[in-house]
Amino acid sequence: MKADIICSGFGGQGVLTIGKFLAQAAMKEGKKVSWLPSYGPEMRGGTANVSVIISDNDIASPLVSNPSILVALNQPSLDKFGPPTQKGGVILVNSDMTPNKLKRDDVDITYAPMSSIAIECGSTRVLNMVSIGMVIGKTKLVKYETMEQDLRDFLEVKSPELLEANLKALQMGMEYFG
Amino acid sequence: MAQKVLMKGNEAVAEAAIRAGCRLYFAYPITPQSELIEYMAKMMPKVKGTFIQAESEVAAINMVYGASGCGRRVMTSSSSPGISLKMEGLSYIAGAKLPAVVVNIQRGGPGLGDIQPSQADYFQATKGGGHGDYRLIVLAPNSVQEFADMASEAFDLADKYRNPVMLLADGLLGQMMEPVEFKPAKTEEEIEKLNKQHYDWCMRTNEDGDDRHHHEINSLELDPNVLEKHVLSLHEKYKDIQKNEVRYEKINVKDDNEILCVAYGTASRIVKSAITELQKEGHSVGLVRPITVWPYPSEVIANSITKKTKKVIVFELSLGQMVEDVKLAVNGKLPVDFLGRAGGIVFTPDEVIAKIKESL
Repeated sequence: MKADIICSGFGGQGVLTIGKFLAQAAMKEGKKVSWLPSYGPEMRGGTANVSVIISDNDIASPLVSNPSILVALNQPSLDKFGPPTQKGGVILVNSDMTPNKLKRDDVDITYAPMSSIAIECGSTRVLNMVSIGMVIGKTKLVKYETMEQDLRDFLEVKSPELLEANLKALQMGMEYFG
Repeated sequence: MAQKVLMKGNEAVAEAAIRAGCRLYFAYPITPQSELIEYMAKMMPKVKGTFIQAESEVAAINMVYGASGCGRRVMTSSSSPGISLKMEGLSYIAGAKLPAVVVNIQRGGPGLGDIQPSQADYFQATKGGGHGDYRLIVLAPNSVQEFADMASEAFDLADKYRNPVMLLADGLLGQMMEPVEFKPAKTEEEIEKLNKQHYDWCMRTNEDGDDRHHHEINSLELDPNVLEKHVLSLHEKYKDIQKNEVRYEKINVKDDNEILCVAYGTASRIVKSAITELQKEGHSVGLVRPITVWPYPSEVIANSITKKTKKVIVFELSLGQMVEDVKLAVNGKLPVDFLGRAGGIVFTPDEVIAKIKESL
Protein backbone atom coordinates (compact mmCIF):
# COMPACT_ATOMS: atom_id res chain seq x y z
CA MET A 1 0.00 0.00 0.00
CA LYS A 2 1.29 3.45 -0.88
CA ALA A 3 -0.73 6.67 -0.85
CA ASP A 4 0.77 9.82 -2.38
CA ILE A 5 -1.25 12.70 -1.01
CA ILE A 6 -1.28 16.42 -1.75
CA CYS A 7 -3.41 18.76 0.36
CA SER A 8 -3.62 22.27 -1.01
CA GLY A 9 -5.49 25.49 -0.29
CA PHE A 10 -5.14 29.09 0.78
CA GLY A 11 -2.72 29.79 3.65
CA GLY A 12 -4.88 29.66 6.78
CA GLN A 13 -7.28 26.97 5.58
CA GLY A 14 -5.27 24.43 7.56
CA VAL A 15 -3.95 22.23 4.77
CA LEU A 16 -0.65 21.58 6.55
CA THR A 17 -2.67 20.36 9.53
CA ILE A 18 -4.73 18.03 7.34
CA GLY A 19 -1.47 16.44 6.22
CA LYS A 20 -0.04 16.28 9.71
CA PHE A 21 -3.08 14.56 11.22
CA LEU A 22 -3.24 12.02 8.38
CA ALA A 23 0.49 11.25 8.67
CA GLN A 24 0.37 11.02 12.45
CA ALA A 25 -2.63 8.67 12.50
CA ALA A 26 -1.03 6.43 9.85
CA MET A 27 2.23 6.40 11.85
CA LYS A 28 0.29 5.23 14.93
CA GLU A 29 -1.23 2.46 12.83
CA GLY A 30 2.26 1.23 11.99
CA LYS A 31 2.73 2.78 8.56
CA LYS A 32 5.82 4.59 7.23
CA VAL A 33 5.05 8.27 6.68
CA SER A 34 6.58 11.51 5.48
CA TRP A 35 5.20 15.06 5.56
CA LEU A 36 6.76 17.78 3.45
CA PRO A 37 5.30 21.28 3.37
CA SER A 38 5.70 23.90 0.70
CA TYR A 39 7.42 26.70 2.52
CA GLY A 40 8.18 30.08 1.11
CA PRO A 41 6.68 33.33 -0.06
CA GLU A 42 3.68 31.58 -1.64
CA MET A 43 2.33 30.84 1.84
CA ARG A 44 1.62 34.47 2.63
CA GLY A 45 -1.96 34.75 1.42
CA GLY A 46 -1.29 32.53 -1.57
CA THR A 47 -1.55 28.80 -1.97
CA ALA A 48 -0.02 26.47 0.60
CA ASN A 49 0.38 22.76 0.04
CA VAL A 50 1.80 19.68 1.71
CA SER A 51 3.03 16.35 0.32
CA VAL A 52 2.24 13.36 2.52
CA ILE A 53 3.27 9.80 1.78
CA ILE A 54 1.79 6.86 3.67
CA SER A 55 3.29 3.48 2.83
CA ASP A 56 3.87 -0.07 4.04
CA ASN A 57 7.48 0.21 2.86
CA ASP A 58 10.31 2.67 3.48
CA ILE A 59 9.76 6.00 1.76
CA ALA A 60 12.56 7.06 -0.54
CA SER A 61 11.66 10.41 -2.10
CA PRO A 62 9.26 12.45 0.07
CA LEU A 63 8.21 14.58 -2.91
CA VAL A 64 4.81 13.98 -4.46
CA SER A 65 4.51 15.03 -8.11
CA ASN A 66 1.57 12.81 -9.10
CA PRO A 67 -0.81 12.39 -6.17
CA SER A 68 -3.07 9.36 -5.76
CA ILE A 69 -5.18 11.43 -3.35
CA LEU A 70 -5.68 15.18 -3.79
CA VAL A 71 -7.50 17.46 -1.36
CA ALA A 72 -8.10 20.80 -3.12
CA LEU A 73 -9.65 23.49 -0.97
CA ASN A 74 -9.63 26.28 -3.59
CA GLN A 75 -9.58 26.87 -7.34
CA PRO A 76 -5.81 27.44 -7.76
CA SER A 77 -5.15 24.12 -5.97
CA LEU A 78 -7.45 22.17 -8.29
CA ASP A 79 -5.99 23.92 -11.34
CA LYS A 80 -2.42 23.16 -10.25
CA PHE A 81 -2.66 19.61 -8.88
CA GLY A 82 -5.78 18.25 -10.66
CA PRO A 83 -4.00 17.62 -13.99
CA PRO A 84 -0.98 15.72 -12.55
CA THR A 85 -3.18 13.53 -10.30
CA GLN A 86 -2.74 9.83 -11.07
CA LYS A 87 -5.23 8.15 -13.39
CA GLY A 88 -7.91 6.61 -11.15
CA GLY A 89 -6.80 8.84 -8.26
CA VAL A 90 -9.17 10.29 -5.65
CA ILE A 91 -9.80 14.06 -5.74
CA LEU A 92 -11.79 15.80 -3.01
CA VAL A 93 -12.73 19.36 -3.91
CA ASN A 94 -14.16 22.16 -1.79
CA SER A 95 -16.92 23.21 -4.20
CA ASP A 96 -17.57 26.44 -2.25
CA MET A 97 -14.33 27.87 -3.61
CA THR A 98 -13.99 26.18 -7.00
CA PRO A 99 -16.42 27.54 -9.60
CA ASN A 100 -14.54 25.80 -12.43
CA LYS A 101 -14.61 22.01 -12.56
CA LEU A 102 -11.68 19.82 -13.59
CA LYS A 103 -11.94 18.60 -17.18
CA ARG A 104 -11.01 14.95 -16.61
CA ASP A 105 -13.10 11.80 -16.55
CA ASP A 106 -10.37 9.32 -15.54
CA VAL A 107 -10.26 10.30 -11.86
CA ASP A 108 -12.64 9.68 -8.93
CA ILE A 109 -13.61 13.26 -8.12
CA THR A 110 -16.04 14.55 -5.46
CA TYR A 111 -17.19 18.17 -5.23
CA ALA A 112 -18.44 18.86 -1.69
CA PRO A 113 -19.36 22.19 -0.09
CA MET A 114 -16.73 21.77 2.63
CA SER A 115 -16.77 25.42 3.78
CA SER A 116 -20.57 25.30 4.20
CA ILE A 117 -20.34 22.04 6.14
CA ALA A 118 -17.68 23.64 8.37
CA ILE A 119 -19.95 26.63 9.10
CA GLU A 120 -22.76 24.18 9.91
CA CYS A 121 -20.40 22.58 12.45
CA GLY A 122 -19.85 25.94 14.11
CA SER A 123 -16.81 27.57 12.47
CA THR A 124 -14.98 27.95 9.17
CA ARG A 125 -11.90 27.02 11.18
CA VAL A 126 -12.94 23.34 11.20
CA LEU A 127 -12.78 23.15 7.39
CA ASN A 128 -9.65 21.03 7.63
CA MET A 129 -11.40 18.49 9.88
CA VAL A 130 -14.25 18.20 7.35
CA SER A 131 -11.59 17.39 4.74
CA ILE A 132 -9.90 14.79 6.95
CA GLY A 133 -13.28 13.18 7.61
CA MET A 134 -13.91 13.04 3.87
CA VAL A 135 -10.51 11.46 3.19
CA ILE A 136 -11.27 8.78 5.79
CA GLY A 137 -14.83 8.26 4.52
CA LYS A 138 -13.69 7.95 0.91
CA THR A 139 -10.43 6.04 1.19
CA LYS A 140 -10.39 4.33 4.64
CA LEU A 141 -6.74 5.41 4.71
CA VAL A 142 -6.69 5.45 8.51
CA LYS A 143 -9.23 4.42 11.14
CA TYR A 144 -11.69 7.01 12.40
CA GLU A 145 -10.95 5.93 15.98
CA THR A 146 -7.23 6.69 15.62
CA MET A 147 -8.00 10.14 14.22
CA GLU A 148 -10.55 10.91 16.92
CA GLN A 149 -8.07 9.97 19.64
CA ASP A 150 -5.32 12.13 18.09
CA LEU A 151 -7.71 15.05 17.83
CA ARG A 152 -8.78 14.64 21.47
CA ASP A 153 -5.16 14.37 22.66
CA PHE A 154 -4.24 17.49 20.70
CA LEU A 155 -7.19 19.74 21.54
CA GLU A 156 -7.72 18.73 25.17
CA VAL A 157 -4.37 20.34 25.91
CA LYS A 158 -4.48 23.22 23.44
CA SER A 159 -8.08 24.45 23.28
CA PRO A 160 -10.73 22.08 24.73
CA GLU A 161 -13.55 24.48 23.80
CA LEU A 162 -12.97 23.71 20.12
CA LEU A 163 -13.11 19.93 20.52
CA GLU A 164 -16.84 19.52 19.96
CA ALA A 165 -16.96 21.47 16.69
CA ASN A 166 -13.87 19.66 15.40
CA LEU A 167 -15.25 16.20 16.21
CA LYS A 168 -18.56 17.10 14.58
CA ALA A 169 -16.70 18.28 11.46
CA LEU A 170 -14.69 15.06 11.34
CA GLN A 171 -17.88 13.00 11.56
CA MET A 172 -19.83 15.04 9.02
CA GLY A 173 -16.93 14.80 6.57
CA MET A 174 -16.78 11.06 7.01
CA GLU A 175 -20.54 10.60 6.72
CA TYR A 176 -20.63 12.62 3.49
CA PHE A 177 -20.11 9.35 1.65
CA GLY A 178 -22.85 7.65 3.70
CA MET B 1 11.01 0.70 22.84
CA ALA B 2 10.67 4.46 22.93
CA GLN B 3 7.60 6.01 21.35
CA LYS B 4 7.79 7.31 17.81
CA VAL B 5 6.88 10.94 17.31
CA LEU B 6 6.25 12.88 14.12
CA MET B 7 8.72 15.77 14.00
CA LYS B 8 10.45 18.17 11.66
CA GLY B 9 14.15 17.57 11.08
CA ASN B 10 14.91 20.98 12.58
CA GLU B 11 13.11 20.10 15.82
CA ALA B 12 14.38 16.53 15.97
CA VAL B 13 18.05 17.51 15.75
CA ALA B 14 17.52 20.12 18.49
CA GLU B 15 15.83 17.61 20.80
CA ALA B 16 18.53 15.03 20.10
CA ALA B 17 21.28 17.56 20.83
CA ILE B 18 19.76 18.39 24.20
CA ARG B 19 19.49 14.68 24.98
CA ALA B 20 23.17 14.29 24.02
CA GLY B 21 24.11 16.78 26.73
CA CYS B 22 24.17 20.06 24.82
CA ARG B 23 23.33 22.77 27.34
CA LEU B 24 24.69 25.77 25.44
CA TYR B 25 23.26 26.96 22.14
CA PHE B 26 23.83 30.29 20.41
CA ALA B 27 22.35 31.24 17.05
CA TYR B 28 20.58 33.79 14.91
CA PRO B 29 17.33 32.93 13.08
CA ILE B 30 17.19 32.22 9.35
CA THR B 31 14.79 30.28 7.12
CA PRO B 32 14.64 27.29 6.56
CA GLN B 33 16.36 26.59 9.87
CA SER B 34 14.31 28.70 12.27
CA GLU B 35 12.35 25.85 13.92
CA LEU B 36 15.67 24.66 15.33
CA ILE B 37 16.40 27.92 17.12
CA GLU B 38 12.73 28.18 18.21
CA TYR B 39 12.90 24.70 19.72
CA MET B 40 16.11 25.55 21.57
CA ALA B 41 14.62 28.84 22.82
CA LYS B 42 11.69 26.89 24.27
CA MET B 43 13.54 23.88 25.66
CA MET B 44 16.94 25.13 26.92
CA PRO B 45 15.50 26.90 29.99
CA LYS B 46 13.65 23.68 30.92
CA VAL B 47 16.93 21.75 31.18
CA LYS B 48 18.76 24.61 32.93
CA GLY B 49 20.71 25.25 29.73
CA THR B 50 21.55 28.57 28.12
CA PHE B 51 20.00 29.82 24.91
CA ILE B 52 21.09 33.13 23.45
CA GLN B 53 19.72 34.66 20.29
CA ALA B 54 22.93 36.40 19.33
CA GLU B 55 23.02 39.77 17.60
CA SER B 56 24.52 38.11 14.52
CA GLU B 57 25.86 34.79 13.23
CA VAL B 58 29.39 36.09 13.81
CA ALA B 59 28.60 36.73 17.47
CA ALA B 60 26.97 33.30 17.80
CA ILE B 61 29.99 31.37 16.47
CA ASN B 62 32.31 33.33 18.77
CA MET B 63 30.07 32.47 21.73
CA VAL B 64 30.50 28.86 20.63
CA TYR B 65 34.29 29.42 20.53
CA GLY B 66 34.20 30.62 24.14
CA ALA B 67 31.93 27.85 25.39
CA SER B 68 33.86 25.07 23.65
CA GLY B 69 37.04 26.54 25.14
CA CYS B 70 35.44 25.65 28.46
CA GLY B 71 35.01 22.06 27.26
CA ARG B 72 31.22 22.12 27.20
CA ARG B 73 28.95 20.54 24.60
CA VAL B 74 27.90 23.56 22.54
CA MET B 75 26.03 23.96 19.27
CA THR B 76 25.07 26.60 16.75
CA SER B 77 23.04 26.35 13.57
CA SER B 78 22.14 28.41 10.56
CA SER B 79 21.42 28.22 6.86
CA SER B 80 23.83 28.91 4.01
CA PRO B 81 24.28 32.74 4.15
CA GLY B 82 24.56 32.56 7.95
CA ILE B 83 27.03 29.69 7.77
CA SER B 84 29.25 31.83 5.53
CA LEU B 85 29.36 34.39 8.33
CA LYS B 86 30.53 31.72 10.76
CA MET B 87 33.51 30.64 8.68
CA GLU B 88 36.09 32.84 10.38
CA GLY B 89 35.02 31.53 13.77
CA LEU B 90 35.10 27.93 12.57
CA SER B 91 38.68 28.36 11.38
CA TYR B 92 39.63 29.70 14.82
CA ILE B 93 37.82 26.83 16.56
CA ALA B 94 39.56 24.28 14.31
CA GLY B 95 42.92 25.99 14.86
CA ALA B 96 42.47 26.02 18.63
CA LYS B 97 41.51 22.30 18.55
CA LEU B 98 38.07 22.74 20.09
CA PRO B 99 35.00 20.51 19.97
CA ALA B 100 31.78 22.09 18.67
CA VAL B 101 28.77 21.15 16.55
CA VAL B 102 27.41 23.31 13.72
CA VAL B 103 24.23 22.54 11.78
CA ASN B 104 23.83 23.86 8.23
CA ILE B 105 20.30 23.64 6.77
CA GLN B 106 21.39 24.52 3.23
CA ARG B 107 19.32 26.77 0.99
CA GLY B 108 19.71 28.00 -2.57
CA GLY B 109 22.59 30.39 -3.24
CA PRO B 110 24.86 32.19 -3.97
CA GLY B 111 24.33 35.34 -1.95
CA LEU B 112 20.99 35.53 -0.19
CA GLY B 113 19.67 33.13 -2.85
CA ASP B 114 16.33 31.67 -1.83
CA ILE B 115 14.97 29.48 0.96
CA GLN B 116 14.48 26.21 -0.89
CA PRO B 117 16.61 23.05 -0.36
CA SER B 118 20.10 22.98 -1.88
CA GLN B 119 23.43 21.17 -1.61
CA ALA B 120 25.54 24.00 -2.94
CA ASP B 121 27.60 24.44 0.26
CA TYR B 122 29.50 21.16 -0.24
CA PHE B 123 32.77 22.86 -1.18
CA GLN B 124 32.49 25.23 1.77
CA ALA B 125 31.78 22.40 4.22
CA THR B 126 34.34 19.88 3.00
CA LYS B 127 37.18 21.95 1.54
CA GLY B 128 37.62 24.61 4.17
CA GLY B 129 35.30 27.57 3.88
CA GLY B 130 37.32 29.41 6.44
CA HIS B 131 41.03 30.14 5.95
CA GLY B 132 43.94 27.90 6.75
CA ASP B 133 44.81 24.24 6.55
CA TYR B 134 41.94 22.74 8.52
CA ARG B 135 39.14 20.22 8.16
CA LEU B 136 35.67 19.85 9.57
CA ILE B 137 34.17 16.42 10.12
CA VAL B 138 31.01 16.63 7.99
CA LEU B 139 28.03 14.31 8.45
CA ALA B 140 25.21 14.36 5.89
CA PRO B 141 21.89 12.82 7.01
CA ASN B 142 19.14 11.77 4.60
CA SER B 143 16.22 11.24 7.00
CA VAL B 144 14.82 12.87 10.13
CA GLN B 145 15.76 9.79 12.16
CA GLU B 146 19.35 9.83 10.93
CA PHE B 147 19.54 13.60 11.49
CA ALA B 148 18.52 13.08 15.13
CA ASP B 149 20.90 10.14 15.61
CA MET B 150 23.75 12.19 14.18
CA ALA B 151 23.40 14.89 16.83
CA SER B 152 24.84 12.68 19.55
CA GLU B 153 27.33 11.14 17.13
CA ALA B 154 28.52 14.63 16.17
CA PHE B 155 29.16 15.57 19.81
CA ASP B 156 31.00 12.28 20.42
CA LEU B 157 33.23 12.85 17.36
CA ALA B 158 33.85 16.48 18.30
CA ASP B 159 34.91 15.43 21.81
CA LYS B 160 37.00 12.49 20.61
CA TYR B 161 39.04 14.51 18.10
CA ARG B 162 38.70 18.00 19.61
CA ASN B 163 37.48 19.15 16.23
CA PRO B 164 34.40 21.03 15.00
CA VAL B 165 31.76 18.80 13.38
CA MET B 166 29.21 19.99 10.84
CA LEU B 167 25.82 18.41 10.21
CA LEU B 168 25.20 19.19 6.54
CA ALA B 169 21.47 18.98 5.84
CA ASP B 170 19.16 21.06 3.64
CA GLY B 171 15.80 22.83 3.68
CA LEU B 172 13.92 19.67 2.80
CA LEU B 173 15.35 17.68 5.73
CA GLY B 174 14.83 20.62 8.06
CA GLN B 175 11.21 21.18 7.07
CA MET B 176 10.11 17.58 6.55
CA MET B 177 8.32 15.63 9.26
CA GLU B 178 9.02 11.92 9.70
CA PRO B 179 8.64 9.53 12.61
CA VAL B 180 11.60 9.68 14.95
CA GLU B 181 12.60 7.70 18.01
CA PHE B 182 14.98 9.36 20.45
CA LYS B 183 17.75 7.84 22.51
CA PRO B 184 17.41 8.31 26.27
CA ALA B 185 18.58 11.70 27.53
CA LYS B 186 21.96 11.86 29.28
CA THR B 187 21.70 12.29 33.04
CA GLU B 188 23.27 15.23 34.89
CA GLU B 189 26.00 12.84 36.15
CA GLU B 190 26.78 11.70 32.62
CA ILE B 191 26.98 15.31 31.40
CA GLU B 192 29.32 16.17 34.28
CA LYS B 193 31.54 13.27 33.25
CA LEU B 194 31.56 14.54 29.65
CA ASN B 195 32.64 17.97 30.84
CA LYS B 196 35.42 16.53 32.98
CA GLN B 197 36.99 14.65 30.04
CA HIS B 198 38.35 18.01 28.85
CA TYR B 199 39.71 19.27 32.19
CA ASP B 200 43.34 18.71 31.19
CA TRP B 201 43.17 21.40 28.50
CA CYS B 202 40.00 23.51 28.85
CA MET B 203 39.43 26.82 30.63
CA ARG B 204 37.99 26.49 34.11
CA THR B 205 38.13 28.09 37.50
CA ASN B 206 41.46 27.69 39.26
CA GLU B 207 40.10 27.00 42.72
CA ASP B 208 43.29 25.82 44.40
CA GLY B 209 45.68 28.27 42.73
CA ASP B 210 47.69 25.41 41.18
CA ASP B 211 49.36 26.69 37.97
CA ARG B 212 48.84 23.35 36.27
CA HIS B 213 45.19 24.35 35.96
CA HIS B 214 46.19 27.33 33.84
CA HIS B 215 45.31 26.73 30.19
CA GLU B 216 45.32 29.00 27.17
CA ILE B 217 42.96 28.74 24.22
CA ASN B 218 44.55 30.39 21.22
CA SER B 219 44.93 30.13 17.47
CA LEU B 220 47.74 32.69 17.13
CA GLU B 221 51.35 31.48 16.82
CA LEU B 222 53.84 33.91 15.29
CA ASP B 223 56.81 31.54 15.18
CA PRO B 224 56.43 29.68 11.85
CA ASN B 225 58.39 26.68 13.11
CA VAL B 226 56.03 26.25 16.03
CA LEU B 227 52.97 26.90 13.83
CA GLU B 228 54.07 24.34 11.25
CA LYS B 229 54.43 21.77 14.02
CA HIS B 230 50.93 22.61 15.19
CA VAL B 231 49.43 22.31 11.69
CA LEU B 232 51.25 19.02 11.18
CA SER B 233 49.75 17.73 14.42
CA LEU B 234 46.29 18.73 13.16
CA HIS B 235 46.96 16.77 9.99
CA GLU B 236 48.01 13.70 11.96
CA LYS B 237 44.59 13.96 13.59
CA TYR B 238 42.87 14.32 10.22
CA LYS B 239 44.64 11.16 9.01
CA ASP B 240 43.24 9.28 12.01
CA ILE B 241 39.78 10.62 11.23
CA GLN B 242 40.11 9.50 7.59
CA LYS B 243 41.20 6.06 8.78
CA ASN B 244 38.53 5.57 11.44
CA GLU B 245 35.43 7.59 10.71
CA VAL B 246 34.37 7.06 7.09
CA ARG B 247 30.64 6.27 6.99
CA TYR B 248 28.54 5.33 3.99
CA GLU B 249 25.55 3.28 2.86
CA LYS B 250 25.48 0.95 -0.15
CA ILE B 251 22.09 0.58 -1.79
CA ASN B 252 21.67 -2.23 -4.31
CA VAL B 253 25.43 -2.24 -5.01
CA LYS B 254 25.98 -5.57 -6.80
CA ASP B 255 28.38 -7.26 -9.20
CA ASP B 256 25.95 -6.87 -12.11
CA ASN B 257 25.41 -3.09 -11.71
CA GLU B 258 25.43 -1.41 -15.12
CA ILE B 259 25.53 2.02 -13.55
CA LEU B 260 26.87 3.15 -10.19
CA CYS B 261 25.25 6.28 -8.75
CA VAL B 262 26.69 8.48 -6.01
CA ALA B 263 24.48 10.90 -4.06
CA TYR B 264 24.24 12.13 -0.48
CA GLY B 265 21.52 13.63 1.74
CA THR B 266 18.20 14.57 0.16
CA ALA B 267 19.47 13.80 -3.37
CA SER B 268 20.19 10.19 -2.33
CA ARG B 269 16.50 9.65 -1.48
CA ILE B 270 15.39 10.75 -4.94
CA VAL B 271 18.04 8.53 -6.55
CA LYS B 272 16.92 5.59 -4.40
CA SER B 273 13.35 6.03 -5.69
CA ALA B 274 14.65 6.06 -9.26
CA ILE B 275 16.75 2.92 -8.73
CA THR B 276 13.74 1.05 -7.34
CA GLU B 277 11.71 1.97 -10.45
CA LEU B 278 14.56 0.93 -12.77
CA GLN B 279 14.87 -2.40 -10.95
CA LYS B 280 11.23 -3.13 -11.82
CA GLU B 281 12.21 -2.70 -15.47
CA GLY B 282 15.08 -5.15 -15.04
CA HIS B 283 17.98 -2.71 -14.81
CA SER B 284 20.65 -3.13 -12.15
CA VAL B 285 21.75 0.23 -10.79
CA GLY B 286 23.66 0.70 -7.53
CA LEU B 287 23.98 3.70 -5.23
CA VAL B 288 26.77 4.63 -2.84
CA ARG B 289 25.56 7.19 -0.32
CA PRO B 290 28.37 8.97 1.53
CA ILE B 291 27.21 9.58 5.12
CA THR B 292 30.42 11.37 6.00
CA VAL B 293 31.29 13.76 3.16
CA TRP B 294 34.53 14.50 4.98
CA PRO B 295 36.23 12.10 5.50
CA TYR B 296 35.09 10.91 2.07
CA PRO B 297 34.37 7.23 1.27
CA SER B 298 36.67 7.24 -1.80
CA GLU B 299 37.78 3.62 -1.43
CA VAL B 300 34.19 2.40 -1.12
CA ILE B 301 33.27 4.11 -4.38
CA ALA B 302 36.35 2.74 -6.16
CA ASN B 303 35.65 -0.76 -4.85
CA SER B 304 31.98 -0.65 -5.89
CA ILE B 305 32.96 -0.50 -9.56
CA THR B 306 32.82 -3.92 -11.22
CA LYS B 307 33.64 -5.25 -14.72
CA LYS B 308 29.98 -4.74 -15.67
CA THR B 309 29.86 -1.08 -14.61
CA LYS B 310 29.74 1.22 -17.62
CA LYS B 311 29.59 4.57 -15.92
CA VAL B 312 29.43 6.41 -12.61
CA ILE B 313 26.77 9.13 -12.31
CA VAL B 314 26.75 11.73 -9.55
CA PHE B 315 23.52 13.47 -8.49
CA GLU B 316 23.61 16.68 -6.47
CA LEU B 317 21.38 19.65 -5.71
CA SER B 318 24.16 21.89 -7.03
CA LEU B 319 25.83 22.27 -10.39
CA GLY B 320 28.62 19.89 -9.48
CA GLN B 321 30.73 19.94 -6.32
CA MET B 322 30.94 16.43 -4.83
CA VAL B 323 31.43 15.17 -8.39
CA GLU B 324 35.10 16.28 -8.06
CA ASP B 325 35.61 13.92 -5.12
CA VAL B 326 33.94 11.10 -7.04
CA LYS B 327 36.29 11.73 -9.99
CA LEU B 328 39.26 11.51 -7.62
CA ALA B 329 37.88 8.25 -6.22
CA VAL B 330 37.19 6.73 -9.67
CA ASN B 331 40.61 7.93 -10.79
CA GLY B 332 39.97 7.80 -14.53
CA LYS B 333 38.87 4.15 -14.57
CA LEU B 334 35.38 5.03 -15.86
CA PRO B 335 33.58 8.08 -17.21
CA VAL B 336 31.91 10.12 -14.45
CA ASP B 337 28.66 11.79 -15.50
CA PHE B 338 26.59 14.32 -13.56
CA LEU B 339 23.05 15.62 -13.05
CA GLY B 340 22.39 18.61 -10.83
CA ARG B 341 19.75 21.26 -10.21
CA ALA B 342 20.43 24.68 -8.75
CA GLY B 343 18.57 27.51 -7.11
CA GLY B 344 16.64 25.35 -4.67
CA ILE B 345 15.05 23.05 -7.26
CA VAL B 346 14.94 19.37 -6.26
CA PHE B 347 15.07 16.94 -9.19
CA THR B 348 12.24 14.40 -9.47
CA PRO B 349 12.75 10.61 -9.67
CA ASP B 350 11.67 10.87 -13.34
CA GLU B 351 14.53 13.28 -14.13
CA VAL B 352 16.97 10.91 -12.44
CA ILE B 353 15.55 7.90 -14.31
CA ALA B 354 15.86 9.76 -17.63
CA LYS B 355 19.51 10.62 -16.86
CA ILE B 356 20.39 7.04 -15.97
CA LYS B 357 18.57 5.68 -19.04
CA GLU B 358 20.79 7.78 -21.33
CA SER B 359 23.57 5.37 -20.38
CA LEU B 360 21.71 2.05 -20.17
